Amino acid sequence: MAEEEYDAIVVGSGISGGWAAKELTEKGLRVLMLERGKNVEHVKDYINAIKGPWEYAHRGRRTTAMERAYPVLKRDYPLNEKNLDWWASDKDSPYTEIKRFDWYRGYQVGGRSLLWGRQSYRWSDFDFEANARDGIAVDWPIRYADLAPWYDHVERFAGISGSHENMPQLPDGEFQPAMPLNCGEELVAERLKGSFNGRRRIISGRTANITRPLPGRTPCQYRNACWLGCPYGAYFSTQSSTLPAAMATNLLTLKPFAIVTELTYDRDRRRATGVNVLDAVTEKTVEYTAPLIFLCASTLNSAWVLMRSATDVWPGGLGSSSGELGHNLMDHHFRVGASGKLNESSLEQKYYVGDRPNGFYIPRYRNLFGDKREYLRGFGYQGGASRSGWERAVRELGIGGDFKDEMATPGGWSIGATAFGEMLPSHDNVVGIDETKTDKWGLPVLKIDCEIGENEQMMRVDMMNDMAEMLEESGVRDVTTNDSGYAPGMGIHEMGTARMGRDPKTSVLNSWNQVWDAPNVFVTDGSCMVSSACQNPSLTYMALTARAADHAVNELKRGNL
Amino acid sequence: MSSDHDRKEMITRREAILRVSTMLGGVALVGQSAMLAGCAVGPVNRARATSSNTLFMQSDVELLDDIADTILPETSTPGARAAGVGPFIALMVSDTYHEPDQQILFAGLETLQTKCLSLYGAHFQVVASAQRLSLLEDLDAEQHLYMETREEGAPAHYFRMIKELTLLGYFTSEIGYRQAMRYTETPGRFEPCVPLAPGEKSWARHA
Repeated sequence: MAEEEYDAIVVGSGISGGWAAKELTEKGLRVLMLERGKNVEHVKDYINAIKGPWEYAHRGRRTTAMERAYPVLKRDYPLNEKNLDWWASDKDSPYTEIKRFDWYRGYQVGGRSLLWGRQSYRWSDFDFEANARDGIAVDWPIRYADLAPWYDHVERFAGISGSHENMPQLPDGEFQPAMPLNCGEELVAERLKGSFNGRRRIISGRTANITRPLPGRTPCQYRNACWLGCPYGAYFSTQSSTLPAAMATNLLTLKPFAIVTELTYDRDRRRATGVNVLDAVTEKTVEYTAPLIFLCASTLNSAWVLMRSATDVWPGGLGSSSGELGHNLMDHHFRVGASGKLNESSLEQKYYVGDRPNGFYIPRYRNLFGDKREYLRGFGYQGGASRSGWERAVRELGIGGDFKDEMATPGGWSIGATAFGEMLPSHDNVVGIDETKTDKWGLPVLKIDCEIGENEQMMRVDMMNDMAEMLEESGVRDVTTNDSGYAPGMGIHEMGTARMGRDPKTSVLNSWNQVWDAPNVFVTDGSCMVSSACQNPSLTYMALTARAADHAVNELKRGNL
Repeated sequence: MSSDHDRKEMITRREAILRVSTMLGGVALVGQSAMLAGCAVGPVNRARATSSNTLFMQSDVELLDDIADTILPETSTPGARAAGVGPFIALMVSDTYHEPDQQILFAGLETLQTKCLSLYGAHFQVVASAQRLSLLEDLDAEQHLYMETREEGAPAHYFRMIKELTLLGYFTSEIGYRQAMRYTETPGRFEPCVPLAPGEKSWARHA
């Protein structure tokens, strides 16, 4: 049937898959997008988006029954009463932890684009050149100049609000107007300008929340309820942004509940021919074929699909000829920083209106511009200042009517920030298939063996102390440091496992995200990353995906795929 | 002052984390699981349960309402009872507390009644509101001192649990959002720096 013929198959519907579908359909390809989970329709299925916070029986908190049902999710904030449907079930989809690895997954149309933190930063050549400079892992096969026009492209369409700062380590982009700093943040930002040679700067977070309208999308309404789904389409998600664009071409077919179990491979032509799919509901299997495949199933799941493909040629799967498939898993380590009180008379009678889904950012300054530390690479901070709310009453002495009325008014100002640190790639941080354990569908699961190393441990000391130092230098009082502990995966920034490179002997993908052993397979999610930098990675996945899609269509037309 | 310094030194890491999470808008509930690992108390007496929803008898819920309404009474805005805090505490203790913490809370309610009886010769529900306030102010001072000085890993004080759930139940109720504080479902704008008059209410957060 004609409707079952496709020019391209996109595996996954998250940030990368959505971009692949948009770019390929807009270039005229008939695209099949496969998503393992349920459909989530924009606005209509955001069932809690306009619910009053008081309408949740437990006011959003977790119950002991939820803790029993979600042994992994309960380790951090994702286990909650408000959007549990958008986090994958630990029971249906188990995995094996050789060492603790927190894997927070979103198995639905839109994937984690519905849930992401939206902070969006370009990488610079400090990042793309880092491995070559340090002799770590392999060199990125691209430089900033290769990606810059694609950053422009995706920023314009996704809608990134931010300020132009002219900082070489954090290139400016095609920004919508920034969300401003509040007066507490502004005060500290001003004071910090006079310290540390001006190298440590507080800027507005760059975020994929729009401040100007885009087609079909209304600017941010400052509800800060993004992770319930936005009825205004004010933050970038597959649903708000790339999916409607792809659908508008009439060239996209979206199939939810379609678990891709492997890529089919023609060993003579050295090309993938399609995908085998297990229907998550009926458990029937079906094969779809297409001359082009974009694998965007998320870092760990894309590696899983590759490992299960072309095993008659390579027992370790498609891309394993490099010896690197599944290796070099990375995340960002964090949950360490400092905070303190802003006891400033100038702020006592100042407040803010609206709840901004954003905060401030302090771009990396360590091991740059002549700074040299014992460890490699660096970290950035995300933070905010605010007046305390009723929550302060828990720790304060007092009961009664006056106490109640006082706690209903804003308390003092405080400011704090958490560092996000770069994690070096290591061949020893690896995922593989655990043949002894299966998921709900009888498929073998992943086993994950990953830990942070000495470099990250050394970096964490600076991550904690630098923030305290900056706050104290800026007149912040009662500064306390914190380290809440970190396990790989908690950053929900999984990267690596199918890295790009210049040499098929040491990398899974070439400089255009093509699998060396199957050039019609493009892998453009986090698995392609060669290093992790310290910036949030999603914007870079978008740019890499758009760039790869452009190349793929050109190559398809040239008959090279 | 040195006393300030000493107090700061005594703050445990857990308290520091609580402080940060409070600053960031979340509340780490003291009664909730992991923070209280290691305390040895017997199992909850499930014979207490008379409702399909909670482990509490109706008279317990009424007591909780009386306690909550003393902590957060009606002023120019409604009090905790009107906001349904008693049933909320019963639900939260039943559904979100692990058994050792449930046991601490149940035992605490009995302790509270015993104190009330010995001080005023009657149960909490029937003593005058001034006596209720006086008793709970004593318990508040007791829990505050205990919580600031307890050993790492020691269980929370029962009155801290009740106070915390009272605050949560009240300020996240519709009355808390719309009457005690100010709430707009869709602010529509972000103004980063506006004047705040004395006594002006907080903006309640959506999420």
